[in-house]
Amino acid sequence: MFESIAFYIFSVLTITSFVVVVTTKNALYALSSLAAGMILISGFFFLLNADFLGVVQIVVYTGAVMALYAFGMMFFDTTETLRESHANPRVVFALSGMIAIILVVMLVAPIASTHVSALYPMVEGVGNSEAVGMVLFTKYLIPFEVAAVMLLVAMIGGIVLAGKKMDKSLTTSEQGEVK
Amino acid sequence: MENYLYIALFAPLLGSLTAALFGARPKTLFTGLWTSGLLAVSWISSILLFLHVYADPSTNVVHVKMMDWISAGNLSIPFGFVVDQVSATMMIVVTTVSTMVHVYAIGYMSHDKGFNRFFSWLSAFVFSMMILVMSDNFAGLFIGWEGVGLCSWGLIGFWYHKQSATWAANEAFIMNRIADLGMLIGIFLIYWNTGTLQYDEAFAAMPNLEHTLLITIGAFLFVGAMGKSAQFPLHTWLADAMEGPTPVSALIHAATMVTAGVYLVIRANPLYDLIPEVGYVIASLGAFVAMFAATMALVNRDIKRIIAYSTLSQLGYMFVAAGLGAYWVALFHLMTHAFFKALLFLGAGNVMHAMDDELDPFKMGGLYKVMKPTAILMILASVALAGIYPFAGFFSKDKILEVAFSGDHYILWGVLWVTAGLTAFYSFRLIMLTFFGDERYKKLGFHPHEAYPYMLWAMAPLAVLAAIAGFFEHAFVDFVTTLLPSYEFHTHHVEMILIAVTSTIAILGIATAVIIYKNGMLHPKWMERPCYKLFTNQYYIPQFYDAVFSKPYKELSIIFWKQIDMKIVDATVDLIANTFFNIGENTRGVQSGNLSIMLRWMALGVTMLLTFGLIFVAAATLLG
Amino acid sequence: MITLNHYLVLSGLLFSIGLVGVIKRKNLLMLFFATEIMLNAVNVGFAAISNHYGDLSGQMFAFFIIAIAASEVAVGLGLLILMYKRKSSVDLDTLTTMKG
Repeated sequence: MFESIAFYIFSVLTITSFVVVVTTKNALYALSSLAAGMILISGFFFLLNADFLGVVQIVVYTGAVMALYAFGMMFFDTTETLRESHANPRVVFALSGMIAIILVVMLVAPIASTHVSALYPMVEGVGNSEAVGMVLFTKYLIPFEVAAVMLLVAMIGGIVLAGKKMDKSLTTSEQGEVK
Repeated sequence: MENYLYIALFAPLLGSLTAALFGARPKTLFTGLWTSGLLAVSWISSILLFLHVYADPSTNVVHVKMMDWISAGNLSIPFGFVVDQVSATMMIVVTTVSTMVHVYAIGYMSHDKGFNRFFSWLSAFVFSMMILVMSDNFAGLFIGWEGVGLCSWGLIGFWYHKQSATWAANEAFIMNRIADLGMLIGIFLIYWNTGTLQYDEAFAAMPNLEHTLLITIGAFLFVGAMGKSAQFPLHTWLADAMEGPTPVSALIHAATMVTAGVYLVIRANPLYDLIPEVGYVIASLGAFVAMFAATMALVNRDIKRIIAYSTLSQLGYMFVAAGLGAYWVALFHLMTHAFFKALLFLGAGNVMHAMDDELDPFKMGGLYKVMKPTAILMILASVALAGIYPFAGFFSKDKILEVAFSGDHYILWGVLWVTAGLTAFYSFRLIMLTFFGDERYKKLGFHPHEAYPYMLWAMAPLAVLAAIAGFFEHAFVDFVTTLLPSYEFHTHHVEMILIAVTSTIAILGIATAVIIYKNGMLHPKWMERPCYKLFTNQYYIPQFYDAVFSKPYKELSIIFWKQIDMKIVDATVDLIANTFFNIGENTRGVQSGNLSIMLRWMALGVTMLLTFGLIFVAAATLLG
Repeated sequence: MITLNHYLVLSGLLFSIGLVGVIKRKNLLMLFFATEIMLNAVNVGFAAISNHYGDLSGQMFAFFIIAIAASEVAVGLGLLILMYKRKSSVDLDTLTTMKG
């Protein structure tokens, strides 16, 4: 019972905050609502017994990604009201409405499939973090390492794209000649 | 002998094609000499063929099949040629007159810019005529028929910068076309009912067909003949065709093309023998035309038109003979008429050339002193035309009157008799006004001179033939009636009286003309009379045709153009093109380069995929 | 009771909300926000299925999606900075190079 109450509260709040993100004219409100939505999503994860995932969501998404977006907003000076002009706003809602309806219809239908069996079944008796660790470092080791490399690449990419005077080398130039 | 046939047939074509190569260049004497030379070759071949057939008509007929033209299912039409008695006669006539006209034209057209083009057209015309007379089936006849129609169009409208000339050429061609429709229907009927277009086979099958069908076929074929030979009501083109150069008039409208209709009736004599009622209609129409044309020639003020109406009148005579079943008489008159009429036209050409292309005889007069040889030749031709013994016209015209009388067709005889008098009158009216009387031309500032000597020498053989051709009548009859049916004359007891009566009226006509016009023109009061006006305006028939046929047709054409063609057909085609254009214009926005729009299109694609997936899955689960 | 379908319906709704944002927004930064919403919706779906079948693969997938989303934001913002330096605007319509 608690589960259903929690589910409905979380879902209403999540949908509300995301709708605010999508429709508001004030960029600051959008950022804030997005952060709130992220936190609420992690609530879902906790409801679904995915503890590790929920914590990771809070730390990475709400902490790092939102911070990045906040810095971006400061850089682009988007604090003033956004002016957006649309040729045909109704088309947008028509399209999205249709997709939503279809998706709901598809998903409401019973997905009673008895042939699906778990590939990596959960181990009984251990907590979620331990189970995740057991799978991550054995079965998903290579994707893990590749993801690490990719994050490194993304970091370097970000520095190169955004940095200034990147063509001058600090070490080979004269001491104190950095202009 | 077959080689002579091919030489006679294709020599004019060779001349025409080589002259056509020089068509756009200024005059080169070579073209005139070359085409005339080739035509002389054709002439000699025709004479040789004629003598060959004449030697033994029953077995020496030359019949060749050059190649197969159409061979589809049951239809087999070859390019076949036959030289029998009738063809040989026509060939002689055509090639003789053509050769003389070619030589004459070298002199007549010597100052013309289109000299080479003229000879090309002229030789092409002779070639088409040869195909027409030498062919042994109706399809070949039709090819020649159309060919002479085309070449006459090119020749009548030779001076194409003149509006009147092009109009006359179109009129001739279109009127012939209208008649050709009738002829085509006749040919189709022949094929449909007899299964073949060869003359001998078709005519052999005809007695087995029912009578009304034969009448229909005969009538339609005669409609075609009416167009070519300018019988009423398709006669207006002949007078207007005088817009062409005079050698053209001499060749086409005196000797060859207009006689193609008579040739058709003569060739189809087995058919017309089976349907004498149609023949009687043909004869009546011919008599009417003879009188009709003669009345118009009485008052005309254009020397070439007078001679053109006289041609029309004589064609009427020929049709009377052919209609009443005396085919050899028609052929004989055709032959003699060709000679003296061509001579008349060439003489008129000389007069025109001398008078700077002036055509009104009221502006001439007294030219005898200046142009003696031309005058003598024209007087000779006019006497032959009037039918005075011993010239050729006497024999042939007299025979026709005898035919009319012996068949107890007294009204026809009466009409033809009066027409003979009118013919003599207007021929000599022309001679008197042009060559005798006071010299009106001097007041108008003309300086006439005689034509070149070789032109006169070209006219000489025609004059000789016009004089003596009549004496070959008996030989001719014996020769031709081996193929054509001979005619029974029932007039042996009154023959001499008839000859006397005919000659009397002819001499009377001549005398009247000489007396009236001896001192100049007619009293102007004559011109006020209504019948004079009627004759001068050609019975107002051209105006009638213009109002009743030409104007409504033009209006109809304008309606078809503006309403149907532009609004419906053009609109449809434009609609198709515009549809494609608009599709392109409107779908161009898909690739706008704008991220937002592209995202929209992507969402649309996702929607569609989801919809299809949903439908497919639902259908699969529902239908199992 | 809350079954798998509830979570999936929720995931679908969140996804379409994100889609609306992606289509509607003209400011590129807002566009990225909407993309984040879509990614999160998918994560919820994965976690729900993983919980239903007792399989850890779903959670692993969601985990990697989070990693990738983070790096994507980093690189994407770097590109945005470059574009801002060139065109002084983050509006989508200034990106159009085709004359259309």
